[in-house]
Amino acid sequence: MKSLLKKTALAAMIGLSAPALASLAYVSNEKDNTLSVIDIESMEVIDTIDVGARPRGILLSKDHTRLYICASDDDTVQVLDLATRKIIDDLPSGEDPEQFSLHPNNKHLYIANEDDAIVTVVDVTNKDVLAQIDVGIEPEGMAVSPDGKWAVNTSETTSMLHWINTETFEIEKNIVIGQRPRHVEFSKDSKIAWASSEIGGTVHIIDVDSLEQIHEMSFKVRGVNQDRVQPVGIKLTSDGKYAFVALGPANHVAVVDAQTYEVLDYLLVGSRVWQLDLDKDEKRLFTTNGVSGDVSVVDVDAMKVIKTIKVGRYPWGVVIDPSS
Amino acid sequence: MKVAHYWHCFVGIQAREWLRFWQQRTRFFSALIRPLLWLVVFAAGFRAVLGVSIIPPYQTYITYETYIAPGLCGMIVLFNSMQGALSMVYDRELGSMRVLLMSPLPRPFLLITKLLSMGIVSIGQVYLFLLVARLLDVEPPAWGYLAVLPAVLLVSLMLGAFGLLIATWVKQLENFAGVMNFVIFPMFFLSSALYPLWKMQEASPWLYWLCQFNPFTHAVEAIRFALYLQWNPAAFGITATVTLVLATLATAGFRPQRTRILASRPSSPQAQE
Repeated sequence: MKSLLKKTALAAMIGLSAPALASLAYVSNEKDNTLSVIDIESMEVIDTIDVGARPRGILLSKDHTRLYICASDDDTVQVLDLATRKIIDDLPSGEDPEQFSLHPNNKHLYIANEDDAIVTVVDVTNKDVLAQIDVGIEPEGMAVSPDGKWAVNTSETTSMLHWINTETFEIEKNIVIGQRPRHVEFSKDSKIAWASSEIGGTVHIIDVDSLEQIHEMSFKVRGVNQDRVQPVGIKLTSDGKYAFVALGPANHVAVVDAQTYEVLDYLLVGSRVWQLDLDKDEKRLFTTNGVSGDVSVVDVDAMKVIKTIKVGRYPWGVVIDPSS
Repeated sequence: MKVAHYWHCFVGIQAREWLRFWQQRTRFFSALIRPLLWLVVFAAGFRAVLGVSIIPPYQTYITYETYIAPGLCGMIVLFNSMQGALSMVYDRELGSMRVLLMSPLPRPFLLITKLLSMGIVSIGQVYLFLLVARLLDVEPPAWGYLAVLPAVLLVSLMLGAFGLLIATWVKQLENFAGVMNFVIFPMFFLSSALYPLWKMQEASPWLYWLCQFNPFTHAVEAIRFALYLQWNPAAFGITATVTLVLATLATAGFRPQRTRILASRPSSPQAQE
């Protein structure tokens, strides 16, 4: 009996101490040069990792073993090994990388170089620069469609979406949208692209087959001045039901019906909310609130903000590891 | 004296309070207008004020409506208790208080029972207010509605005892309005009902300390923490201690014959009843 108890206690201790069992979110802190690691169940910061200067965009490799980090002021993309939480490599990224996107082939990384008005494509397996594509002024947002056919870059000053063919690395079409486009998000079936325009205060819905805009939506938050409504990050649920749009200094996340493009609700979060990510079951949405230095957690079923977690200074990007 | 006697008396006082309440049922709803105006009109203008800091018991950023809702619950109880105190002065003038206190049961029991009966009416109003507030997006956790019950009861006992104490001091009905203004408004405004105390501290440390010494601040915090399912021993402890002290003072000091009209009359008190 005693030994059984001992064994149970031991098993419980092992269970508690194994970090791999917890679901984790990674948050890049732009001014602290760190990543915060959050246990999404307990909603607490469990680790802080030192990384390169001014980390902004972050993303997971398709096999969920590595995290790529845009260390903007170090002009490099760093590779973090998630098992050891150590930086294991640097990739040539071009100057001032801010956002990037990984092709479904898990090899081609598309990086927006804000200062040089180019998009750099790097093969992450051998660090080869495959192409440098001239785009509009101040390229910012970067997305690759889930079917791998398109890479889209947004250029902030030119206010365009540049549609890059991923086989030829050539721009096939430019679409002008609202001022200062920041972010593009594809629907799971790659048929619809959502693009936010920060100064325009709008979100543009693009039909990918025709490469035409089919809808433009704007936002109105009660009690918030209209010029503070600056959409940036977008996240779609995979069932095609909802879209979440981070409204920057409006300090709210808009909940949008992804079929009718109707705004269903505005959720109050911290100051200057920029990027978003959903957990594996799409039950929780994490938002990075730059100015207030925290991360808000939304319960997606209840559509309520349930907690706000303090992280480092100016959290920028957030990624939840779906395999953890 | 058997328990049955106490129970009989307890039920009697409750029944009388409910009867009075039923006769003044419009008051029950009109008392809701005041906090709802605060919630809908006042708070709407200050919507963006609070998105600066997260303070316990809240887990995330909240709207101003959400912040002031517990304070407005406190406001309902405060006004109710003062109204109760007024009615006690009134009862005293009419002599019905004398009938009550003629009961052979101990006076503290009678008075506390009276306070409890007033508290139960307050609880009804607080719940109705919270229900309307829920429609206006003030949504505490479901269990919070249960947890807030003892907090509201305690606060209504505290404020009721305070009203009772005032009633023993006030000699005339006419003076009461003035007293109410001197009591209700400072008590309400110099508390955490409308602004968190750290905001007060930013404005002036003096204000902050005045608020800290105001028992109503702790009453509001007790309601706030209970509503959000958190235990705040300081708020509860202070509210309970103040309740005990006030109730002791009030029941010890209450004299049914303090009113000047009665005192000045040479005739026997029975003539009044």
